[in-house]
Amino acid sequence: MRNPVDVLLVGVGGQGTILASKVLCAAARSAGYDIKMSEIHGMAQRGGSVVTQVRLGEKVHSPLIEEGKADVILAFEQLEALRLLPYLKKGGTIVVNKQTIAPVPVLAGLAEYPDNVLEYISSKVPGSLAIDALDKAVECGNAKAANVVLLGAMARNMPIDREIWEQALENTVPPKFLEVNKKAFAAGYEAE
Amino acid sequence: MKELYSGNAAIAQGALEAGVTLAAGYPGTPSTEILENIAKNKEIYCEWAPNEKVALEVGIGSSLAGARTLVTMKHVGVNVAADPLMTFAYTGVNGGLVLISADDPGMHSSQNEQDNRYFAKFAKIPILEPSDSQEAKDMVRQGLELSELMDIPVMLRITTRVAHSQTLVAAGEPVQREVRNYQKDAKKNLMVPAFARMRRIDLDQRLEKLRDYSESTPVNKVELQDKKVGVITSGISYQYVKELLPNTSIFKIGMSNPLPMGKIKEFAAAVDKLYVVEELEPFMEEQLQIEGIDLVGKELFPATGEFTPELLRQKFIQAGELASDSTEQSFDDLPPVPGRPPVLCPGCPHRGVFYTLKKLKLMVTGDIGCYTLGGLPPLEGIDSCVCMGASIGMAHGAEKAVPELRGRTVAVIGDSTFMHSGITGLLNVVYNQGNSTVIIVDNRTTAMTGHQDHPATGRNLMGEKAPEVDLEVLCRAIGVKRVKVVDPLDLEQLKDTVKTEVADPGPSVIIARRPCALLSKEPEGPAIEVDADTCEGCKACLRLSCPAISVTDDKAHVDPNTCNGCGVCMQVCKFGAMVKGGNANA
Repeated sequence: MRNPVDVLLVGVGGQGTILASKVLCAAARSAGYDIKMSEIHGMAQRGGSVVTQVRLGEKVHSPLIEEGKADVILAFEQLEALRLLPYLKKGGTIVVNKQTIAPVPVLAGLAEYPDNVLEYISSKVPGSLAIDALDKAVECGNAKAANVVLLGAMARNMPIDREIWEQALENTVPPKFLEVNKKAFAAGYEAE
Repeated sequence: MKELYSGNAAIAQGALEAGVTLAAGYPGTPSTEILENIAKNKEIYCEWAPNEKVALEVGIGSSLAGARTLVTMKHVGVNVAADPLMTFAYTGVNGGLVLISADDPGMHSSQNEQDNRYFAKFAKIPILEPSDSQEAKDMVRQGLELSELMDIPVMLRITTRVAHSQTLVAAGEPVQREVRNYQKDAKKNLMVPAFARMRRIDLDQRLEKLRDYSESTPVNKVELQDKKVGVITSGISYQYVKELLPNTSIFKIGMSNPLPMGKIKEFAAAVDKLYVVEELEPFMEEQLQIEGIDLVGKELFPATGEFTPELLRQKFIQAGELASDSTEQSFDDLPPVPGRPPVLCPGCPHRGVFYTLKKLKLMVTGDIGCYTLGGLPPLEGIDSCVCMGASIGMAHGAEKAVPELRGRTVAVIGDSTFMHSGITGLLNVVYNQGNSTVIIVDNRTTAMTGHQDHPATGRNLMGEKAPEVDLEVLCRAIGVKRVKVVDPLDLEQLKDTVKTEVADPGPSVIIARRPCALLSKEPEGPAIEVDADTCEGCKACLRLSCPAISVTDDKAHVDPNTCNGCGVCMQVCKFGAMVKGGNANA
């Protein structure tokens, strides 16, 4: 019996959440899970919030995760982490990218980006992990691999073996970006 | 080996497996990827029509000629296609035809959330409703077979969550594609009154047979378990109910028109308490109530918005069917989280148009597309949005009815939307001697739905070169004497042209032409830089609603990674503080 795992990937359009969810689904498929994945296209692509829901289990019915029931949140941006935090269940884990992207209402001075987001999250979620994925991706050779750094950081808390993850990565990313993505995955997987 | 398919990709696979010969549609979220996936595998002839009415008419012709046919559109597209649909139910099919209606509960990307099951009932055609990708694929074949068996078009109604969720699908082998013989048959296909009266009676007889079919089809499936509670449900709601109440008896309705009323009565009698859980309108509920079936439906579950599992949990707790859940963590002290609404992209050629229209304080009737975002603060350059093509008729109506609005009104419409249903509106302005100014924001694509081609782009869905409509020549041919082409990144030219054309007493068209910023992988130019010494911190640049521009500590900043270098902000800054960067983007 495989334990069900509900994962939310949240970020801003263009941050590469879709590739991360593809690798996650490929790995989960190899590990033998039933999978449902839900994401909304359309308006959301124009710089709006992007939420991808991935549910793994023996048999999954709903493609949507209930509020307060997500096992894992992988947040590509601080504000989006905060927005979706109520979806995390008690005892769930969260990995947050330290990057902040101000939405237009904030840029226009109509709203304020909240202070101390990471402090709030760690006060609510013991064991939450905040990493500078952009920085690590640059160290690996390409800023665009920040999504895979984050994926790696999430992967080590998932009931899927590292070899399966690496195989899924290999099957999903284009060959010419594989090396940098492998490094990025390792950097995330081994992040403190 | 099962693989993950979105509902839309599964429908495309279903079309391939079921021997579809022709597929047509018009892009519209959440339906667009069906035809894109069909185009990818290159097995089936497919096309984007200029609008949904034409797409369905193409489909009817294909069916009449004997070929299996798929027609796709979003829910509001069926409004456009309603004219042929209503009478197509009378004539019926030769080759099977499945019409995909992709409904959008919750209005993720739509202007309304109409429930198109009523459309199928209105047209008297059957509906199939899948609850995951496997069913979506299988129902394409079932729909085509049913269509041919009963001589009727079939609506396959999906919703956003089915269209855009990915679930496991076992792909099958394609059947041999066959085209039925075409035989001239005026009494069936020529709907003049004498023949239509006969087909009208025949349609009701076909509906009777469909009732029997609905009683026996396996997609109307009773899952009898604990009989204290029974739930009748369909589509994605089935998945939520199955998860929340795993031991409850469920009647899963896969064919919701006509309903299997005999089986429903049996099911209702077998359980102590009956719930009807359906997203949007009380479509099934009302029909059950007419039959005198005691049920709990819309008094508990809302008729507006999209269902979510937590919403249904809360409702079942309220009804006493589930215990309340106290294990959730409280986030009452969550700091306020500012919204992140969608915005026009950096470098979007529409931005300058709406900035200008707001400055000129005009009444602006808008239309459907990315540019509808130009109506949101701080741009606020659009006053109205109703449906595809509405902008031109509305501007004309406003100016005819209220003379003071003459010379103060413009219609704004995209190139794809103008092709869809703007031409007739413009024709009307000319014919009825209106004086509207129409701005065609021509970004050379159907941008909002993900860059589909249309008759003015020079390419078709199959990826081939196609004749390209010349918008200037077209507008002149309709009778518009004043047709101007401007670059929307040149704010002064844009403003002068709009002022001149709005003031002119005749109809005029301004084509604001510049390709969508996302069509090019390269930025427009080097990123703009701010000369901090010159910047006065006046925040005028913020009125552009550009994601690259911010003001902190009374100085503007341009994010070089986000900036497209379009230079519109340089024209807005009175102090000349925005300057072209050297090679900042290199």
